[in-house]
Amino acid sequence: MFKKILIANRGEIAVRVIRACREMGIATVAVYSEADRAALHVRKADEAYPIGPSPAAESYLRMDKILDVARRSGAQAIHPGYGFLSENAKFAQACADAGVKFIGPTPASMEMMGSKTRARQEMEKASVPFVPGTSRGLQSPEEGEQVAERVGYPVMLKAAAGGGGKGMRLVHTRAELRSALEAAQSEAQRAFGDSEVYVEKAIVNPRHIEMQVLADEHGHTVWLGERECSIQRRHQKVLEESPSPIVDADMRRRMGEVAVRVARAAGYTNAGTVEFLVDEQKNFYFLEMNTRLQVEHPVTELTTGLDLVHLQIRIANGEELPFTQDDVQIRGHAIECRIYAEDPDNNYFPSPGKITLLLAPSGPGIRRDSGMYEGWTVPLDYDPLLAKIIGYGTDRQQAIMRLRRALHEYFVAGIKTNISLFQRILEDADFQAGKLDTGYLGRLLAKKQVAGEHAPDAAIAAIAAGLFAVLDPESAGHKNGSTGGTTSAASKWKERGRSEALR
Amino acid sequence: MTYEITVDGKPHRLELERAESVWKCRLDGREMVVDAVLARPDVLSLLIEGHSYEIKREQTATDLHLWVGSTRFGVELRDPRSLRSRRDGVGDDSGPKKLVCPMPGKIVRVLVAEKSEVDAGQGIVVVEAMKMQNEIKSPKKGVVRKILAVPGANVNAGDVLAIVE
Repeated sequence: MFKKILIANRGEIAVRVIRACREMGIATVAVYSEADRAALHVRKADEAYPIGPSPAAESYLRMDKILDVARRSGAQAIHPGYGFLSENAKFAQACADAGVKFIGPTPASMEMMGSKTRARQEMEKASVPFVPGTSRGLQSPEEGEQVAERVGYPVMLKAAAGGGGKGMRLVHTRAELRSALEAAQSEAQRAFGDSEVYVEKAIVNPRHIEMQVLADEHGHTVWLGERECSIQRRHQKVLEESPSPIVDADMRRRMGEVAVRVARAAGYTNAGTVEFLVDEQKNFYFLEMNTRLQVEHPVTELTTGLDLVHLQIRIANGEELPFTQDDVQIRGHAIECRIYAEDPDNNYFPSPGKITLLLAPSGPGIRRDSGMYEGWTVPLDYDPLLAKIIGYGTDRQQAIMRLRRALHEYFVAGIKTNISLFQRILEDADFQAGKLDTGYLGRLLAKKQVAGEHAPDAAIAAIAAGLFAVLDPESAGHKNGSTGGTTSAASKWKERGRSEALR
Repeated sequence: MTYEITVDGKPHRLELERAESVWKCRLDGREMVVDAVLARPDVLSLLIEGHSYEIKREQTATDLHLWVGSTRFGVELRDPRSLRSRRDGVGDDSGPKKLVCPMPGKIVRVLVAEKSEVDAGQGIVVVEAMKMQNEIKSPKKGVVRKILAVPGANVNAGDVLAIVE
């Protein structure tokens, strides 16, 4: 087994991996940017080394600096977490060249899955179902019209090199197709320097459901159940659960078998996720494969009883999977809420700053993977994900009620978080009925929020305001979020004197 | 002790008097006995007629919030004997309005020129924070009198980016 692992990441996922290493008796090496000297992952690791200024491009994305730390510290393997370098085939190759084991798939698998059209062509060979349409760029508007006629309107035009919604057009009728194609091609040319656009059937109100797979380096590949990820805001997942409310044992097995076929076709090793779009008739279509550990992996860990990070490390160490597909049992229900530093009352603006108070939930069925702590200043340079809270129960209803209870206990002051959003989702009738698709959250947020009846509590707030002033006068006014408050010693004395005089 | 307290815009008058281990409170003329324990800084446990309340306090650059359970209240507290005077001019919609940056970040772009006319809600400055670009929008319809934001500069929450008149 490895004696020392470097974690090329930050935040909650770096802490998550450090914890797994400690459980396995493996020493850990953290890396950090200038903005992250005080970050939790630095405190939790056995060793930690600076790798440059705050912008990720000058620190967490610098392969040379990270590999240099690996060499100096004697780390034998690198866990990339998610984001940053985790899906960078060049980094995986650079690790191999430096004689350090990359905990993830091979560079070749990563490259194949990195290009949309290439992945589509390979999956076609492996007869994986994907959304009907073309796997290559359209040569003419007439070809587009023919394909659209065949698969049926509405259709989606997509840039082959695309991402982030650029070069995408939804087309409802034949009359719109020609001008939409021209617009998509010129947009793709401008955004990616490549005007290749293909067409596929538009799935109306799709669900986004993904399947976790694990593959060792001895040819064994297993699936570990699905995750329902339809609740998204601006293509960013917000809440995930396993199992999906619409997937039964038969559909799960069929999706799992397709996911294993995808992984095999890509020569895949280690942990990966196959994403599917699911239409209203429960047909599922291959979307893409994520060649890393996912943010939402804990829901799968809770429903399978497996530790995916332990298994990632064992697989990278050359061990065989310690179980077979038949041993995998899905039990109970798990739901994850992603706690972001953003303001739900102000258009979900990012909200970095100093955390002045943090009350964290615990108790039965609650798991919390967090990268924050009270007194820490959330830097503005990175992704706003602060923590994940995962509720587990014998069934979906119990998981929901446990999460609602835990969210009630969860309190973060000094910065804004989206905790209140989850209360809204979890008490929504459509969510409770499992009526979800990728448009769900947009519809929920468009609904006017019914103002709660809090007249009696206003009196409590008034009484508390007075009692705080008497019992805890020092804290108030000294907790400016971003600047840390620069009250001089002299004015503190003055204030103290005044409050003494009034006693 | 007597306090004038505004909760979500509504004024209240609170008198507090210590009576051994508890407090005699008179809120807007209504009397009650309150058992109060400061559990830790910014967390207050109240027992009122057998009911238990956990109150959390959050002081931001501009506001004081108190949370009763999961409900947030905007609170202003004034001790009539305090020398500190009440802030004035709040809630007045006429005259110049400041465009205040809601979070720390970096100025990416300025979208309008000085002296140009803007509508309420029109984007004036783009600020980047946490990998997201955010448009900071005009608080009112009017003319941009001054732009203080400089592209490339770092800003803090509460910094004035522009003035609209």
